[in-house]
Amino acid sequence: MAAPISAQIRPMKTSAELALAETFAAARAILPGGPDVAAQRAAAFGTFADAGLPHRRVEAWRYTDLRALMREARPLAAPPDADAKARAAAAGAMLAGLGFRRLVLVNGAFVPELSDLADLEAGLSIRSMAEALATGDALTARLGQTVASSDAVLALNTALMGDGVVLHVAAGTAIERPVELVFVTTEAAPVSMFTRSLAVVEEGASLTLIESHEGPSGVAYQVNTALELVVGAGAKVERVKITAEGADAVHLATVLARVDATATFANTFFTTGGLVVRNQLLAHLAGEAIQARMNGVSLLSGKQHADTLLSVDHAAPAGESRESFRAVLDGAAQDIFQGKIAVRQAAQKTDARMLSRALLLTETAEACAKPELEIFADDVQCGHGCTTGTLDQQLKFYLMSRGIPAKEAEALLIQAFVGEVIDAIGNEGVRTALADATQAWLLGRE
Amino acid sequence: MAPLLEIKDLHAEISGGRKIIDGMNLSINPGEVHAIMGPNGAGKSTLSYVLSGKPGYEITGGEVIFRGVNLLELSPDERAAQGLFLCFQYPLEIPGVSNMAFLHTAVNSQRRKRGETELTSPELVRKVRELGQTLGINAEMLKRPVNVGFSGGEKKRNETLQMMLLEPYLCVLDEADSGLDIDALKVVSNGVNALRSPERSMLVITHYQRLLDYIVPDVVHVFAAGRIVHTGGKELALELEATGYAQYQNEAA
Repeated sequence: MAAPISAQIRPMKTSAELALAETFAAARAILPGGPDVAAQRAAAFGTFADAGLPHRRVEAWRYTDLRALMREARPLAAPPDADAKARAAAAGAMLAGLGFRRLVLVNGAFVPELSDLADLEAGLSIRSMAEALATGDALTARLGQTVASSDAVLALNTALMGDGVVLHVAAGTAIERPVELVFVTTEAAPVSMFTRSLAVVEEGASLTLIESHEGPSGVAYQVNTALELVVGAGAKVERVKITAEGADAVHLATVLARVDATATFANTFFTTGGLVVRNQLLAHLAGEAIQARMNGVSLLSGKQHADTLLSVDHAAPAGESRESFRAVLDGAAQDIFQGKIAVRQAAQKTDARMLSRALLLTETAEACAKPELEIFADDVQCGHGCTTGTLDQQLKFYLMSRGIPAKEAEALLIQAFVGEVIDAIGNEGVRTALADATQAWLLGRE
Repeated sequence: MAPLLEIKDLHAEISGGRKIIDGMNLSINPGEVHAIMGPNGAGKSTLSYVLSGKPGYEITGGEVIFRGVNLLELSPDERAAQGLFLCFQYPLEIPGVSNMAFLHTAVNSQRRKRGETELTSPELVRKVRELGQTLGINAEMLKRPVNVGFSGGEKKRNETLQMMLLEPYLCVLDEADSGLDIDALKVVSNGVNALRSPERSMLVITHYQRLLDYIVPDVVHVFAAGRIVHTGGKELALELEATGYAQYQNEAA
């Protein structure tokens, strides 16, 4: 009998994959964590090594061929020195002055002296991930338990995770003051950073968690960041993630969110920076009657490429989820939206709606949308829609006929296009900051 | 006295298509209200679009002089700043742009272009609220996105509000009465009449005489097959109501 022809063929490893293997071999002994964590890292690296960097034939990465886009793997960033910390002091300008509790990570390392750890609210605890791993903090046992995934980029993060933030909000505690994680890269040489954070918001607690990423343009640095988020029963979590990386950065981000019964979970992506940006959000809606809102705005120009992958898993009855994504594309930018809503058999009375819309400002910009529904329950309401188009010329004329110049008319319409997503954010300061950032982006257009 | 608007032998067509305006002449003096009446499909709305600079129309001949400048060389926003206002037959809905923000941007864009000081937010809000009251437009409607969820009457009142706020020299009203019940028609007409002044002119485009009971014209033109075929006083509107347009369509053909 002939051998099965579907046998897995291991392609030649790319130089980036070989470099990552060397990086892991050199770093594994010094990365934080005890034997359990070391074993977890080794297993994760094995998963990565088997799969290699994702490429076109991996469905979830079909439009973002990382094997081609990441020809080189950069060396791990060194811990920030005084100079790096000084350069990082001005980071997070977009949300400065809003009085949020800032936790600053420089070149992937948590920097307590730049962070606001004073007067922690009762019930809120904050630690560095490196410290939590090194001391065997009980919370770290939850890493990898939030949502199951065999994604190679996430596996690489698990293998090489250096630092990050561990947040815990005790049951029934409402944290009014938003917590902001400021990730800043200051290195002029291209480095790579693997950060992993964990936020556990216990039953009935609430938290607003903002995350921003920035770094220098002209430096081909690489960020691989992941967040595991546990939203306890009846808890309320609003998260906003701002990706404003330097113009040559590769930014790969994974969020694994588990949402328990009657909880409210909101996640908004706001992406303006980075050469290659991947935001993957895997939401396991585990409990009954949850409410989830997962939105995003991408404002891209030049040769930027941003890929959002959303996987929403309705596992219990009567959940409601809303997904709304907007991309504005200038130059030769590319935006990818892959959104999947799965409704398990048990998840009767699910109400899920997904909409992605792209606005092309040039003939060279490109948008791809791949919505998917996978429904095993028979009493649900699910819908998805996607549109790609140009600015409405009738509306533009209407505005111009009132005296508004062409560029301003376009800016008003684009603000309105993304405004729907921004306006859904609960925190007013963040809404204003993102509207201003949109305005700034529009002013920067040619 | 120089006319406010002078259209001379204007020819226009839909880009790459049919000829719509075919040798039109019209002269409007400051302070005059002119009505243009004519059957559906005569090109009345096209005239309003050509005057306001809507893309998609090609001027193949003639000129339009407005307040001493060649209007056809200006972009739509420049025409507006020069003092031209088109009251749309079907005002568009603009989701996501609040009415107040829209008005603010429009007023100050025009003022900037004319080299005037811009209005501050409080100044503008006060002015808009005052005008809004006379038109039955409340604070809630001003907060909402432009025309979104407005009834036909509310949309027209909103157009009138814009017109009153922007204080143009020439108001072109394109079928201002479509979609209006009698009460709304009265409100809109009162707004328009309040704007009548020795410096300001109106061009009222309509195919029903009814509107002209409320906005009484000085001159009535019959527009057919792309040009003015007959001109008279306000009594002409009543004659047309009785006899119809057929005789003029034959005249044009």
